[in-house]
Amino acid sequence: MSISMRLVPRHQTSTGRQLAVLLFSLLAGFVAVGVVFAVKGVNPLFALWKILAGSFGSFYGISETITKAIPLILIGSGLTLAFRAKFWNIGAESQLLMGAICATWIGLNLGTRLPGWMVIPLMFLVGFLGGAVWGALPALFKVRFGVNEVISTLMLNYVAAEFLNLLIVGPWKGATQQGFPYTDDLPAAATLAVIPGTRIHYLTLLIALACAVILFVLVHSTTFGYELRVVGENPEAARYAGIDFFRTTVILMVISGGVAGLAGVGETAGIHHHLTYPGVISAGYGFTGIIVAWLAKLNPLASIVSALFFAGILVGGDAIQISLGLPAATVHVFNGVLLFFLIMGDTFVNKRLVVIRGRRS
Amino acid sequence: MGSIIVSTLIRTLIAGTPLLLGTLGEIVTERSGVLNLGVEGMMAIGAMTAFTVTLTTGSPWFGLLAAFLAGALAGGIHAFVSITLKANQVVSGLALTMLGLGVSGLFGRPFIGRPLPSKLSTLPIPGLADIPVLGRILFSQDPLFYLAVILGILLWILLARTRWGIEIRSVGENPAAAEVQGVNVARIRYLCVLLGGALAGMAGAHLSLVYSKSWTEGLTGGRGWIVIALTIFALWNPLRAFLGAFLFGCIFVLQYLLQPIGVPPNFLAMMPYLATLAVLLAGGLRKDHRRLLAPAKLGEAYTKGER
Repeated sequence: MSISMRLVPRHQTSTGRQLAVLLFSLLAGFVAVGVVFAVKGVNPLFALWKILAGSFGSFYGISETITKAIPLILIGSGLTLAFRAKFWNIGAESQLLMGAICATWIGLNLGTRLPGWMVIPLMFLVGFLGGAVWGALPALFKVRFGVNEVISTLMLNYVAAEFLNLLIVGPWKGATQQGFPYTDDLPAAATLAVIPGTRIHYLTLLIALACAVILFVLVHSTTFGYELRVVGENPEAARYAGIDFFRTTVILMVISGGVAGLAGVGETAGIHHHLTYPGVISAGYGFTGIIVAWLAKLNPLASIVSALFFAGILVGGDAIQISLGLPAATVHVFNGVLLFFLIMGDTFVNKRLVVIRGRRS
Repeated sequence: MGSIIVSTLIRTLIAGTPLLLGTLGEIVTERSGVLNLGVEGMMAIGAMTAFTVTLTTGSPWFGLLAAFLAGALAGGIHAFVSITLKANQVVSGLALTMLGLGVSGLFGRPFIGRPLPSKLSTLPIPGLADIPVLGRILFSQDPLFYLAVILGILLWILLARTRWGIEIRSVGENPAAAEVQGVNVARIRYLCVLLGGALAGMAGAHLSLVYSKSWTEGLTGGRGWIVIALTIFALWNPLRAFLGAFLFGCIFVLQYLLQPIGVPPNFLAMMPYLATLAVLLAGGLRKDHRRLLAPAKLGEAYTKGER
């Protein structure tokens, strides 16, 4: 007698089952993170409670969670597009930075010269273009030169980060910043208003929500959305169906990179009001956005919810860093473990585990 | 002038060693048909483990062994998720990178900035080290350099000349046919991913024990991703991996050489990443047949009895 296990495909799967698997994956993920905490000598329940209290347990916590959800909604919903076409854009981090850089240039150089009402819209437009160009490059590299997009988007992350470093210690270093590696502060016309008592720059929040809705419609009700899916699932069939691989890939990356650029505009014009180190402008939003998209099951609308969830983890992560003395890398542990459990869960959505008893033939 | 060239070459070999170890690991992994994008994370875990174990036990050799095992364990997670559960290999690799960077940052925190008590000192090879110039460059290196070179040659022999090599390649090219021949596809793939992880762990150990002799967060600095690019550049051939790894080792060293001339350091810091892009773009421009050389089933899960 022997006992073996095997994964057997299911022929049907229901929405209820998908949701159950999702919730169970998250639960199992939290248990696994708890184990890591326990090994580190931190009471996992205490840490979890601190995270929850820090992110959703107070007005300040909730407002910070919403603030951090803004870039995550933009990036997450943009990435759903790319991942649907199986274009693995790992470069949202630098597409955000390029948006921030381009918008800052407008703010610093034209912010006091143009009529006040024009500055912010122009910053968002140019920020979108900055992210879009930075995103379209790897699309071009892939379609024309066969360069793997995972590597090219990642390499461009490092290049953009060093480029930003170069700007803030070199030509763009602010004369008014007492030697700190910052650009000068943006003029008033180039900064975004916030909800009083919070850091929520509501204009970017509205743009983010609108983006999620527009991308949802784009994905579900247009030919382009259909083309994305075909390109991702069956490139061979896409060719027969007359889908222009080049056009589809470049457009999807213009959008995906562009919305990440919008997030960069929000972070600089809404939060920092100047450019500084890349790690300050973006707290890893480009990478967290990957998990936001995955948790949302590549649905742009659902990425609003999953962005709030992961924004909560970022804010709660900051809280336990302070109260438990844990390093910033703790959030990476969360991200990595949860992403693992989410993709493991995907396996059980359309397969089931059966135990086979009996003699091996 | 001559001494600058000699010291540059010595440092090129040092900077290239972790890239070589990592690339060899990824070559075995990918040859078996599994794509593991988690090299950066496995390297970080290896670097942190090697450093902390060396500090606690006082022996860098224990540190190296621990990094080897920790890397294999990290690779094992990817193997389980992508081979047994047949989940998405790209996303699993990304998750492994995040997890590796997170775990190494979390557990390595108390060790940041501490000096190594004992180092993997250079090991001049008797006789050969006395050859003028060449002896100083090639035969007065740290033990991990020799190990990486020997491993590279062994791996080339393994893949190109042995039955195991044929099995590994067949599992990456045509698992269904391999299965018919009695090859256990899952077992071969598991072993290759574990070995790949172990080598990435050793690459990390080199970074913390030899290259920087310290541990900080972000020590790997994207080398894990460069390794993945080098695997493509090497066309999945261990001997070509030598060329790529030491070419990029040289680029890392050039950063320090060009700084006194007045090139902005941030621009120099971009060089390895720009060079990676350039190398991949050049491969595309030449329209060489690298796609044909890639393992046919790279990144695809295999289910028994399916084709």
